[in-house]
Amino acid sequence: MKWFWYASPQTFYPLAGTIARASGIVAALLAAAGLYIGFFVAPTDAQQGEAYRIIFIHVPAAWMSMFIYVVMACWAALGLALNTRLSGMMASALAPTGALFTFIALWTGSLWGKPTWGTYWVWDARLTSELILLFLYLGFMALQAAIDDPRRADRAGALLAIVGVVNIPIIHYSVVWWNTLHQGASVSVTRAPTMAATMLTGMLLMALAFWAYSIAVSLVRVRCIIRERGE
Amino acid sequence: MLEAANLTCERGGKILFQKLSLRVSKEDLLRIAGDNGSGKTSLLRILCGLAWPAHGEVRWKGEPIRRLGEEYSRSLVHIGHASGLKDELTAAENLAVTCTLAGIRASDPAIRDALGRFTIAPERQVRHLSQGQRRRAALARLALSGDVPLWLLDEPFAALDAAASALVEELVRAHAGRGGAVVYTTHQAAALRDTRVIEL
Amino acid sequence: MLATARAIVYRDLLVAVRRRSDVAVALLFFVIVTSLFPLGIGAEPNLLRAIAPGVIWVSALLSSLLSLRRLFEADHDDGTLEQMLLGASPLGVVAAAKALAHWMVTGMPLAVIAPLIALQYDLAPQLFGVLALSLLLGTPVLSLIGAIGAALTLGLRGGGVLLSLLVLPLYVPVLIIGAGAVEMASAGLAPAGQLLLLAALLVVAAAFAPWAIAAALRISLE
Repeated sequence: MKWFWYASPQTFYPLAGTIARASGIVAALLAAAGLYIGFFVAPTDAQQGEAYRIIFIHVPAAWMSMFIYVVMACWAALGLALNTRLSGMMASALAPTGALFTFIALWTGSLWGKPTWGTYWVWDARLTSELILLFLYLGFMALQAAIDDPRRADRAGALLAIVGVVNIPIIHYSVVWWNTLHQGASVSVTRAPTMAATMLTGMLLMALAFWAYSIAVSLVRVRCIIRERGE
Repeated sequence: MLEAANLTCERGGKILFQKLSLRVSKEDLLRIAGDNGSGKTSLLRILCGLAWPAHGEVRWKGEPIRRLGEEYSRSLVHIGHASGLKDELTAAENLAVTCTLAGIRASDPAIRDALGRFTIAPERQVRHLSQGQRRRAALARLALSGDVPLWLLDEPFAALDAAASALVEELVRAHAGRGGAVVYTTHQAAALRDTRVIEL
Repeated sequence: MLATARAIVYRDLLVAVRRRSDVAVALLFFVIVTSLFPLGIGAEPNLLRAIAPGVIWVSALLSSLLSLRRLFEADHDDGTLEQMLLGASPLGVVAAAKALAHWMVTGMPLAVIAPLIALQYDLAPQLFGVLALSLLLGTPVLSLIGAIGAALTLGLRGGGVLLSLLVLPLYVPVLIIGAGAVEMASAGLAPAGQLLLLAALLVVAAAFAPWAIAAALRISLE
């Protein structure tokens, strides 16, 4: 029953503030640890030199971009099923963060590509999938921005998010197939070097840091949405 | 038959009406009166199931209409402000499709007959009809809806001449006499006598 | 239910036949867009032959998008959408019928005239069959997915461009597999796998999209 007590925006508001503050601190600590390992502790890669270190941001960002979309779709489904206002607000609050991580993944991927393969963009399967994911996020945000009635905006966005999440595996596999069709045996620009244990730890720490950051930022955003709608 | 309990309607941030309850039974003629913008159309749409109230519930034969879905839709005829006619089709074709969509079985002669009563040439494309003629073509549906228990009509007498108004009145009374129920809105002072009135 | 679906398809086809200009404009757009690529890229025959499947598919995508905006807007404006909402059949049946009518009016003609465009690109004649078949299987999926977008953006300002933004990412798998089928065939490999995949996408879309379209219509019209 405790969950439904917090389903009201008014009671959720202070709780969100508390969790956001705690999450922010955790995020900062984890990020510090992760970046330290990534940039100072992990060994230099034999093939790619120092440039590979960008995977400590690129890969966790890509993971988060996918993860946030799924979480967003879950909140959306919850909102449609139970008709709760807060679920829709959470989905709307998550979208910009998800889009940000997708953009970071694309940008860092492209920065990685330049020293490693000579071009800023290669149409490799993972980067192309991330690009389409970015379009899905932007479409969600554009749809919600175009609708004045908040209730309709929440529900329309929710439906779009659910349709999107169902399509993402299909999109991903078709892009992977497309990549093999057209590029044959060329190496993926985002393939990480064989993982030393420290590298994996670094990436995991960064992933957790991004997760804590997302929680903090989206909860702050949801508080803004709650105030905007005058709940 | 139809019951509305504690309806609250909100449009554009303004509350149009609240805690509105009404009951419609067989052979009932209910008129919803009020000025422009008082929420007559909104109330009618809520009763149809086309719009949802902010609070309250509408029940058909005891069951909430949300749960009934098509079963409720099959039991009602709603004629709103829009004509519900495709410009490129003839009046007869339009009426035939409308009846099929509503689950009403209507033969060709019956359709022509219904249109004839409203003096609409069945073979003319709707885009060539005048405003009043379109209204009559839309209302011709009523002549075929005798078996449908509930009629919800939004401004049925608007843009009609005396003859057509009389015809609509005749159809409405006949329907009520057969055991059906009619709920209609109008802001015109002249309306059917001896109907119940709800003021918004 | 079947009677309702038949009535809706019949009505939409009648409207399309009597307002022939709408259909013709969409087909004309397809032809014009495919003519633009050689103008922009150069008319080197080998290059054109290589890009033909992709160009024809992308143009088919864009043409399909053009007519989606009016799919529900026209019905919304003249009150027939409300009639369908209050109809005796489930809204999913209505949605499927609307998508089917849309395909018959836009997608099917595209698949038929695509080989003519392929002639312009000097595509090998033995590939015409695969091209037409891939479009025939893929364009219904485009209509179904597009109808979801059309229902979601019903009545919104900036609807046309917004609709494209929502729907084009979802079109990507169909594009990849459809154009891929023709490219496999042109490389001498059997396109059967891709065509079967398209058919599978069609089956899945036909099963689930009507539900999503109906839900979107209810959300937009509340």
